[in-house]
Amino acid sequence: MAIRTFLEAIRDTLGEEMRRDPSIIVLGEDVGVKGGVFLVTDGLHAEFGETRVIDTPLTESMIVGTSIGAAANGLRPVAEIQFADFIFPAFNQIVSEAARMRYRSNNAFGCPITIRAPYGGGVHGALYHSQSVEAFFTHVPGLKVIVPSTPYDAKGLLRSAIRDDDPVLFFEHKKMYRSVRGDVPDGEYTVPIGRAAVTRVGTRVTVVAYGLMAHYALEAAERVAEEGISVEVVDLRTLRPLDRETLLGSVRKTGKCLVVYEDNRFGGYGAEIAAIVAEEAFDYLDGPVMRVAGPDVPGVPYNHVLEDWFMVNPEKIAEGIRTLAAY
Amino acid sequence: MTATEHLGAAVGLGDDQLLAMYRMVALARAIDERMWILNRAGRVPFVISGQGHEGAQVGIVSALRPGLDWMVPYYRSIAAVLTFGMSPREIMLAQYAKASDPSSGGRQMPGHYGGAAYNILSSSSPVATQILHAAGIALAAQIRGTGQVAITFMGEGSSNQGDVHEGLNFAAIHHLPMILVVENNGYAISVPSVKELALPDVAARAAGYGIPGVIVDGADVLGAYRVAREAVERARTGGGPTLIEAKVTRLTPHSSDDQQTKYRTAEELAAERARDPLPRFREQLATAGILTPEIEGRLATEIAGLVDDATSYAESQPDPDPASATWYVYAEDRPATGGGAG
Repeated sequence: MAIRTFLEAIRDTLGEEMRRDPSIIVLGEDVGVKGGVFLVTDGLHAEFGETRVIDTPLTESMIVGTSIGAAANGLRPVAEIQFADFIFPAFNQIVSEAARMRYRSNNAFGCPITIRAPYGGGVHGALYHSQSVEAFFTHVPGLKVIVPSTPYDAKGLLRSAIRDDDPVLFFEHKKMYRSVRGDVPDGEYTVPIGRAAVTRVGTRVTVVAYGLMAHYALEAAERVAEEGISVEVVDLRTLRPLDRETLLGSVRKTGKCLVVYEDNRFGGYGAEIAAIVAEEAFDYLDGPVMRVAGPDVPGVPYNHVLEDWFMVNPEKIAEGIRTLAAY
Repeated sequence: MTATEHLGAAVGLGDDQLLAMYRMVALARAIDERMWILNRAGRVPFVISGQGHEGAQVGIVSALRPGLDWMVPYYRSIAAVLTFGMSPREIMLAQYAKASDPSSGGRQMPGHYGGAAYNILSSSSPVATQILHAAGIALAAQIRGTGQVAITFMGEGSSNQGDVHEGLNFAAIHHLPMILVVENNGYAISVPSVKELALPDVAARAAGYGIPGVIVDGADVLGAYRVAREAVERARTGGGPTLIEAKVTRLTPHSSDDQQTKYRTAEELAAERARDPLPRFREQLATAGILTPEIEGRLATEIAGLVDDATSYAESQPDPDPASATWYVYAEDRPATGGGAG
């Protein structure tokens, strides 16, 4: 057992998997000698060489499109999109091609690729280095979408993603890269895709979150615990396929559900969670399904006052919990 | 030296190979014409055609090694996929969208060819996405040292998509074993090439990537074979990608849902008939004494039989089971449900 940062856990996993399986390649912008703008791939180029760690031109569509082709011909690419905000040039390749390859070919071809991308705000990244883009992709059958929140989960889930036979989007909150640390076992382990985790047991309100918000939800739960509100926190970890059992099991127990996400509120991923809870746990609900989410402006503004205004934080979540608990 | 020896020697092909290529052009045309008849008879809802493109496709694909190399086709690639190994039955199974259609099990519109047994990657409808898939296949071939070449096809209308630029740039940087064939028929559905391209030749863009850009008359089957053979040799020996632009004619409307007389004059359509590769290749081989009337008669009979067989076979096959419509969104353990039809 060792204490690793979120970033180190991801980097360790890439190296270990590349050592295990020579068909794995890493490609993206600045992933080579520099080791990525966040240094997630640092050291891979030195160990595995430029054949397996490929510095690409600034061409996100190409990064994903060539990954699809390389996967068809026997490789297992792990692509990095430098910032999730820059994934949209590759949207067509991800949504029209990677997601649909298996279905449209009636299982003749699969698409075993992993697309890693740092996402999220709170790091002075402004409109184009702060976005949460998961909802665009969780909408699409054929894709798997993972948003881990701990070094343990990041490692176990990235390993599962790389070994998965379908396209996986793996979103890493950049604010967590160095600020979040945790125990990571020495041996090889996986965390299964599609399993949520109850990270705090409680009785009165279920808070559903993922990524950085899973941490903030725990902080908020701690605050309101002092006020006598017992909160259960469900860290989804995988957004698609969704672990309905854990989600609904918790809500059926507490009777109240608060969904937290950093993305814009309207049409965000949490809206689907709210819909599922409303449809499938209605008889258990003792209050409306509520949301704490980012405001509906086109991006996270740069100035720190404005950025603080945008970001969901533990106090905003705590306020949401209080409101729902009092309902 | 006889005329026969001269024609074959010029491209390094024997008479049998020349006849096989002619047979493939004629077979593709015959299947294509049957598809239109079936559509107009209300038997199949949609046709997208390769008529006018077959000479370039057969000539170019004949330079590849089926079973080793990879193809990422587009919706006019009927002659290309036939030359690469797909059978008339398999083409018709796709046309009828039957359960055993190897391209998609009846899930995609006809013309979206694919087949794992032939190294033909499944294709979609957004144009030019496949260029990047071919680059990726070529990248994997290079990394794995397989000696494979990846060839992909598109129209000149697709050539303006950003994926073309991104793919050619990457393929050129890494000297990938890839060939991009642009079948320039002068129209992107209804828009003439003068409104698509500021220059007449897509091949001129190859210079911007530092790769060869070669233009060939798409009605010249042997000319197409010759440039493709050079491109394949270059790709296989580490020389990198080639852009081949075949100047072809589109003898049909864009698809069965298009009426091209709205934007092409009768005079133009009549003149385009002169660019049909089928009669030209036939005459070329006949003049050389390779395609005798006896051989031509035998081929015509064989092809008519193949088309009839493929049609009746496909029509008799079962539709997909609605219960299977949820299958294969993701990988799953399930017994194979069909596949090739020989």
